[in-house]
Amino acid sequence: MKDVLRLVNLGVEVEGRKIIENVNLYIKQGQTFVLFGPNGSGKSSLLMTIIGNPKYRVVGGRIIFKGKDVTDVPTHERVKMGMGIAFQNPPKIGGVRLIDVLKHCAKLGGTEDKIEKYVKMLGMEDFLNRELNVGFSGGEVKRSEILQLLLLNPDFVMLDEPDSGVDVENVAIIGKAIRRLLERDESERRKAGIIITHTGHILDHVDADYGVVLHGGRIVCMGDPFDLLDDLRKYGYEGCVRRCLRRS
Amino acid sequence: MKERLESVGIEMDPKKRSGSFLLLDQEVKSVAKYFEGVEIMPIRRALEEYEWLEDYMWKAVKADDVEEDVREDFNGYFIRALPNAKVEIPVEACLYLSRVKRQRIHNVIIAEEGSELNVISGCTSHPKATGMHLGVSEFYVKKNAKLTFTMIHSWSEDVEVRPRSGVIVEENGTFISNYVLLSPAKLVQMYPTAYLKRNAKAVFSSIVVAFKNAKIDMGNRAVLMEGGSCAEIISRTISKGGRVVARGHIVAEAPEVKGHLECRGLILEEGEILAVPELEAKCPNVDLSHEAAIGKIAEDEIFYLMSRGMTQDEATSMIIRGFMEIDVKGLPPALKREIDKAIELAERELL
Repeated sequence: MKDVLRLVNLGVEVEGRKIIENVNLYIKQGQTFVLFGPNGSGKSSLLMTIIGNPKYRVVGGRIIFKGKDVTDVPTHERVKMGMGIAFQNPPKIGGVRLIDVLKHCAKLGGTEDKIEKYVKMLGMEDFLNRELNVGFSGGEVKRSEILQLLLLNPDFVMLDEPDSGVDVENVAIIGKAIRRLLERDESERRKAGIIITHTGHILDHVDADYGVVLHGGRIVCMGDPFDLLDDLRKYGYEGCVRRCLRRS
Repeated sequence: MKERLESVGIEMDPKKRSGSFLLLDQEVKSVAKYFEGVEIMPIRRALEEYEWLEDYMWKAVKADDVEEDVREDFNGYFIRALPNAKVEIPVEACLYLSRVKRQRIHNVIIAEEGSELNVISGCTSHPKATGMHLGVSEFYVKKNAKLTFTMIHSWSEDVEVRPRSGVIVEENGTFISNYVLLSPAKLVQMYPTAYLKRNAKAVFSSIVVAFKNAKIDMGNRAVLMEGGSCAEIISRTISKGGRVVARGHIVAEAPEVKGHLECRGLILEEGEILAVPELEAKCPNVDLSHEAAIGKIAEDEIFYLMSRGMTQDEATSMIIRGFMEIDVKGLPPALKREIDKAIELAERELL
């Protein structure tokens, strides 16, 4: 299996404050990781750094994507190389219609013939001419994010809490779309990804290969994602971290 | 010149227009009519032909508001939709400023009872023109009639523009105005005013960009004279180095009227915007509101679109375009296309 993403001793600052320290992560083609961690542990920051948000300054280490050092590569270039991200709280953009962004994504992802199919799959038919995220409900925002990613068709998929603030029905729809996005139902998978989840609800619909717990900007546990989720539910983050530290 | 005309939506194509009028400096260059229900002629000829037209002169715009030479010596167009005529395909009128120092215009548009009329007016100038454009426009929307007036301005850097426009909308009439200024000008000063009778409606939308060294002072005013009348004034202002005063004024003179003002401004890099929304009520039981906001392009919005693979310029352009997108209800597709085209041209200048 080919390398997709390699984080080497990654250190990140936001406005002079260190938020990620010495993170090492190695993700290969076909693998899906789940990222757990309490609020403020650096999960979203890690994804923002990987995609290249300029607010997140890399102060140490490197980001290697598909064998290339992309630490200083701008976001849109990383996206063209095959990264994709679904935001936890995407901004509302007045006057910009969802369909215009979808068309752009489809052009880049070579999926122009699939727009209709995916729009239907995520039940977004009535939103195409709406302004981006303006007046969207929690579930609608998430569905729009996943829809954009499906059309963008990235090789490496980052999903920031795709299940938060979403009702049971929507989680099922989103889960199905994520399985497609990560090729979880295919025998030979080319896609890889990281999913951040607080509740773990998305894991009822999408299986994952590895779980990682981030705490205070560092990776403190790694293991089977379902075992980790059990531990977290039983002992909370602090308890889980203590057990991990003991094990290691 | 053809290019300049096209940039303000002037096509001179009988298939796409109901009529066409072209004025160069003070001289009428061409008048054509392609549709039965509409009359188009130079204002001077119309005044000779129709005695009653005198009653329409200086009724919607006060004669005192302009200088003497504009009152005495002018040219311009007369456009009239006959009673109950539905003129869906737009009539185009172009005023081109080239050599004269003071281009003096007087236009009259009349939408007779029950008629529907769409007019696209493109005003532009020779790239090296240095004169002033002084235009008086009086619009009369009769009972149950509807007039959609779209004006696209594209001036050169040394031109001063001072239009004076007034609109009288009779019972149940509708006036829709779209104003687009997306190219450099030295000075633009205007405050078109609509006077609304019983159950009449006016919607003003403007999209204005002020480039470096430009001084733009513009707005729309609606006077709600009788019950049931309503007005909406929407403006989008972008400054790229210029100074803009974005005005809006709604006056309620009778009960049971409704008005809303919405001014939004965006400053790119540098510039100045002063938003002045005014509401004035002279009686109880009125419903007037306004919102005004001036901001910048949010970095998180640019980053978001970049995460969809757009370059910074592409993302910025999409956001600016979204900002200028005003959904005008009842705007014919042909006019919408012209506005979109003008925005597209401006986008390249803005980045």
